[in-house]
Amino acid sequence: MSPAGRRLVSTSVSALTCGAAVLVVCPLLLISGFLLYQGVSAINVDFFLHLPKPVGEVGGGVANAIVGSLIMIGLAVLIGLPVGILGGVYLAESRDRRLPWVLRFVADVMNGVPSIVFGIFAYTVVVLPMRRFSALAGGFALGLILIPIVLRTSEEMVRLVPSALREAGLGLGLPEWKVSLRIVIPAARAGIITGVMVAVARIAGETAPLLFTALGNRFWHQGLDQPIAALPLQIYAYAIAPYDDWHRQAWAGALVLITLVFLASLAARLATRGRIVAR
Amino acid sequence: MAADSLAGVGTADDLALPPRAVGRSRRGVGDRVYRGLILASVWLVLALAGGLLLALGWESWAAIRTFGLRFLITSHWDPVAGEFGALPFIYGTLVSSLLALLIAVPLSLGAAIFLAELAPSWVRPPVAFLIEMLAAVPSVVYGLWGIFVLVPWLRDWVQPALARTLGFLPLFQGPPYGIGMLAAGLILAIMIVPYITSVSREVLLAVPGSQREAALGLGATRWETTRIAVLRYGRSGLIGAILLGLGRALGETMAVTMVIGNRPEVALSLFAPGYTMASVLANEFTEATSDLYVSALVEIGLLLLVVTVAVNGLARLLVWSVGGPARGGRA
Repeated sequence: MSPAGRRLVSTSVSALTCGAAVLVVCPLLLISGFLLYQGVSAINVDFFLHLPKPVGEVGGGVANAIVGSLIMIGLAVLIGLPVGILGGVYLAESRDRRLPWVLRFVADVMNGVPSIVFGIFAYTVVVLPMRRFSALAGGFALGLILIPIVLRTSEEMVRLVPSALREAGLGLGLPEWKVSLRIVIPAARAGIITGVMVAVARIAGETAPLLFTALGNRFWHQGLDQPIAALPLQIYAYAIAPYDDWHRQAWAGALVLITLVFLASLAARLATRGRIVAR
Repeated sequence: MAADSLAGVGTADDLALPPRAVGRSRRGVGDRVYRGLILASVWLVLALAGGLLLALGWESWAAIRTFGLRFLITSHWDPVAGEFGALPFIYGTLVSSLLALLIAVPLSLGAAIFLAELAPSWVRPPVAFLIEMLAAVPSVVYGLWGIFVLVPWLRDWVQPALARTLGFLPLFQGPPYGIGMLAAGLILAIMIVPYITSVSREVLLAVPGSQREAALGLGATRWETTRIAVLRYGRSGLIGAILLGLGRALGETMAVTMVIGNRPEVALSLFAPGYTMASVLANEFTEATSDLYVSALVEIGLLLLVVTVAVNGLARLLVWSVGGPARGGRA
C-alpha cells in the first residue's frame, strides 16, 4: 500500500476509535441529564426530612432510607476496613512467594463475584441464625464487598511509601509494628482514604445484597437487629411500583444517590491528586 | 515463612536493608502481636472466600440431591408443585450477557485504543474520568433509567424498525413490548463498557514503550504500530478484560431485573421477556416458602458463584500476564 494510503488508514482508524470513545461516554451524559431533569423538580426539603407516606398519599420523603444507608455503610466500613488495610500492608510488604499471590488472586476474584451472591452468603450466616432480617446482616454483606477493594488499594498505596522512611524508623530502633502503624500507614493515609472512598461509592449504590439481608423498612431504624431501610432499596421499590408519585420520588432518590456516589468518587480522586502517576 | 517477611517493600529494597539485623529471638511482643493480627486478617479473607463456597454448597445441598442434573436442563419452574428446573434462567443469563458482549466489546476496545494510543494527550484524562464515573453509577439507577427511558425508546422506535427490516429472522419477531432480552442486553452493554474500557486501557498502557518505538522506527504509522506492536503484545490481557466484563454481565442483578420482564421461558426472539439467574434470586428469595424452594434458589446462587469465579480467575491470570499483578488489579 502507498504511504498516503497507509496514512489514510491510520487516520480513519483514529477517527473510528474516537467515535467509539464518544459513544462510550454518551450514556453517562444521557443518564445524568435525565436524572437532573426528572429529579430536581421532585426534590424538596420534605424529601430529606420526612418518612415515606402511606400508599395513595402524595409527598413524604426518604429520610429513613438515607439514615439507614449511612448506618449500613458505617457497619460495612467497621467490618471491612481493619481487615482490608492490614491485608494490604501484608501484600505490600511480604516477601513470601506464594501466600501474597494467592491472597491477591482471591481478592481480585472476590471483587468480581456478583454482589447478590454476597447477599445469599449473609443470609445463610447472619439472617438464618438470627432468624430475622437486620441492619447487621446488610452491613455484613456490604463489608464483604468492601474488603477486596480496600485491600488492593491499600496495597498499592503502601507500596508508594518510600522505603527510606521505613528504614529510618527501623534504624532508630523502633519495632516493626510501630514503624507500620506510626510511619508507613500515616504516610499512605491519603491513598488509603481514596481506596475507602472508592469502596464506599461502590457499596452505597448496592441494592442486590440488601434485598434479603436488610429487607427495607418504611419507618425509622429500630436497632441493628431489625430490618432497616436503604436508599437503593427504596429507589427500587418506588421504580417498580405503579404510582406516579413514587416514580417521581424514585428519580429524586436516584439523583441524591448518584450525587453522593459522584462526590465520594471525586473526593477519592482529589485526595490522591499528584500522587498516583498516569492512572 | 510468611511471618518472616515483613521488613522490605520490593526486590530493590531487599538489597538496601541489612540482612536480618534484628533476629527473631529479639523481636518484641508488639511485633509478634502485630504480625499475628496481619496474618489473621490474611487468613480471614481467605476463609471468607472459602466460607462463601461452603455456605452456599451446604444450603443448596437439598436441591442438588433432589434434582441432580435435572436442575440444569429442565425448564419447568413451579414452586407450588415443588418442581425446579433452572434452564430458563441459565439461558437468559447467557443470552443477555452474550448480547451485551457483542455490543460492548467493539466499543470498549475502540475507546481503550483511542485513550491509550491514538488520542491527543489532553483528551485522555477527562475522558478516562468520565468513563470512571460511568463505572460508578449504581445498578439501580441504570435500571430506573432503563425502565423509563430505554424501554419506551425500544418499544416505540427500535423494535418496530428492527421488525420491519430484519423481521424475517426469528431473533426479531413477536410483539414489541420494550421490556425483554434486548433491553437487558443493551443495559448490560452500557454497564460493562466502562469496565472493559478501563481494564483494556491499563493493559495497553502496560505494554512497554520499546515495542512501539521499534515499530515506529521501522516507519509504521500510528495505527500500524498499535496493531502490530501493541495489540498483539497485549492480546491476552485484552481477552482478560473482556472476560472481566463478561463476569460483571453474568452477575448483574438490579438493572436486568428491572427491564428483562421476568418470565421464566426459553424464547428465541430477543423481543420476548426472559429471566436471569440473578434476577430470579432478587425476585423470589424473600418469598420462598418451602425449604426446598430456598435450597433451589441458593443452588442458582452457587452456580452463579462458580461460573463467575471461573470467568474472573481466568480473566485475572490473562490480565496479569501482560502487566503483572500490581497493574490491572482494579476495576
